[in-house]
Amino acid sequence: MAAPSATATPSAPAPRHRGYWAGVGRRLARDRVAMACAAVLLAIILAALLAPWLGLADPYRGSIARRLRPVGFTTPQGFTHWLGTDEQGRDMLARLVYGARLSLFLGVVPVLNAFVVGSALGILAGYAGGKVNMAIMRMIDVFYAFPSVLLAIAISGALGAGISNSLLSLTIVFIPPIARVAESVTTSVRALDFVDAARASGAGAFTIIRVHVLGNVLGPVFVYATGLISVAMILASGLSFLGLGTKPPEPEWGLMLNTLRTAIYSQPLVAALPGAMIFMVSICFNLLSDGLRSAMDVKL
Amino acid sequence: MLLYILKRVFYVVPVALGVSLLCFLLVHIAPGDPLVSVLPADASQALVEEMRKAYGFDRPLPAQFALWLGRALAGDLGTSIATGRPVAGEVMKAVANTFLLAVAATLVGFVLGGVLGFVAGYFRDSWIDRLATTLSIVGVSVPHYWLGMVLVILFAVTLNWLPASGAGPGGSSQWAWDWEHAKYLILPAVTMSVIPMGIVTRTLRALVGDILGQEFVDALRAKGMRDGAIFLHVVKNAAPTALAVMGLQLGYLLGGSILIETVFSWPGTGFLLNAAIFQRDLPLLQGTILVLGIFFVALNLLVDVAQAALDPRIRRS
Repeated sequence: MAAPSATATPSAPAPRHRGYWAGVGRRLARDRVAMACAAVLLAIILAALLAPWLGLADPYRGSIARRLRPVGFTTPQGFTHWLGTDEQGRDMLARLVYGARLSLFLGVVPVLNAFVVGSALGILAGYAGGKVNMAIMRMIDVFYAFPSVLLAIAISGALGAGISNSLLSLTIVFIPPIARVAESVTTSVRALDFVDAARASGAGAFTIIRVHVLGNVLGPVFVYATGLISVAMILASGLSFLGLGTKPPEPEWGLMLNTLRTAIYSQPLVAALPGAMIFMVSICFNLLSDGLRSAMDVKL
Repeated sequence: MLLYILKRVFYVVPVALGVSLLCFLLVHIAPGDPLVSVLPADASQALVEEMRKAYGFDRPLPAQFALWLGRALAGDLGTSIATGRPVAGEVMKAVANTFLLAVAATLVGFVLGGVLGFVAGYFRDSWIDRLATTLSIVGVSVPHYWLGMVLVILFAVTLNWLPASGAGPGGSSQWAWDWEHAKYLILPAVTMSVIPMGIVTRTLRALVGDILGQEFVDALRAKGMRDGAIFLHVVKNAAPTALAVMGLQLGYLLGGSILIETVFSWPGTGFLLNAAIFQRDLPLLQGTILVLGIFFVALNLLVDVAQAALDPRIRRS
């Protein structure tokens, strides 16, 4: 790309210098699928945050008389349950909106945690090489030797149900894959000429990592990590579905799916709703991550 | 080749040791005394001490690990706290059922994903490519336990074509090769096959695209080779990777079947794990996870060796 030069003739507008991220943003904005997914996710996140001001029913208050009502059921008092009621007579719409809080939290936060820890481990292993690399990567291999679902369930099962235990077990599950990607990207970046040049001109390890390695490694690793969010959403809700995550009466999509399982015979549509939400969010995260990957031109 | 196999086996030993160490430590990260579920609440201090000795909990951790590993190697995984039966027997019975389900799902997923991925990679940007890409995205994004529920609602509750849960008529858990039993396998296997289907489609589509872009394909075409023969060359080049993906997916399904087995009450390892977790049956939990973990490690080894057998380039690197 031609750099804007000071001697450019004033009549011809000099090409505006655009940074890398501006280019990524522009390419992403042109990706209609990714933008639609971003809009859906944003709407769900906003609704979850603003839930108390949306005029929804109380997500915790049930009614014995109005259990498992169909979609669009209106009470004699004139209140409409747009998405029906659950097995305790609680409003499904309110529970789905409030449920987005925990479900999204449990899907996104473990991946963020694992991104920080996994990148640190991977960059350390990749940059140090030799024995340090061996020690870190062999340890990662052991965790990698378990299918992710099994590892998450094993750790959660041993620790017991609860939100913090789910967070911990999901974080542990996602550290190994992220560390592996960070390690391989770091190893290839370290072999590039500009790193040698920096070292030859006297830069220390810390400076090289901060200036030259991080910038080249974190991007691809971040893209990879965003692709894990949908897996994390499915796994986190799966833990709650098994009774290993959120405890009742908290609204959370996986747990709602579990408690509504017996309702598939009486109100199949209502029973399937929480899973449809998990599906929608997970597919949006996946497509958005794909869009980000091609906008950043990352190949892993 | 033999040297390669030996090298892989040698490399697997520390990983397998690590896996067993992790399984062993699981019991020790569990909160509370592991003896709580065996002992009555009003047990005397002397009895507690005696039990602790009997289970070996009074020794230092490394000694306990060595003892446990030695027994595990000899096929003794301890006794289930809930049922009092040997863990090894319980796990093996369940593994057979899970294996059946996972193999069926892998086959379905691999055939569907293989065809879709190949066709999509061959005819990029056609309608079939878009269909395959959509299906693969759906496959990797759908919460499979929910898909299982939806399929039950459709085919068991509404249409009444297939049973909703269990592994055989009358709640039997003994598998037999007849239609009466096969009916019970269809829904869980199809539900499970969605994951490998999505991943195989994605991988093969990208792979076939890459292979078609290589120079040797142009050379074959320039030589005057027909499309059918070129297709064979592409298949040969894609086979090792496809095989590796299939092997890994089988491993993932073996270990990750717990959610689907819960939805369909399938009497496999997932069902066992579920019981172990909620009855706090730690020996059973430990044993099941150990067997599944070792299975996965062994499967990885097998995939590596098979890949090297198919592709001489891997052996030389």
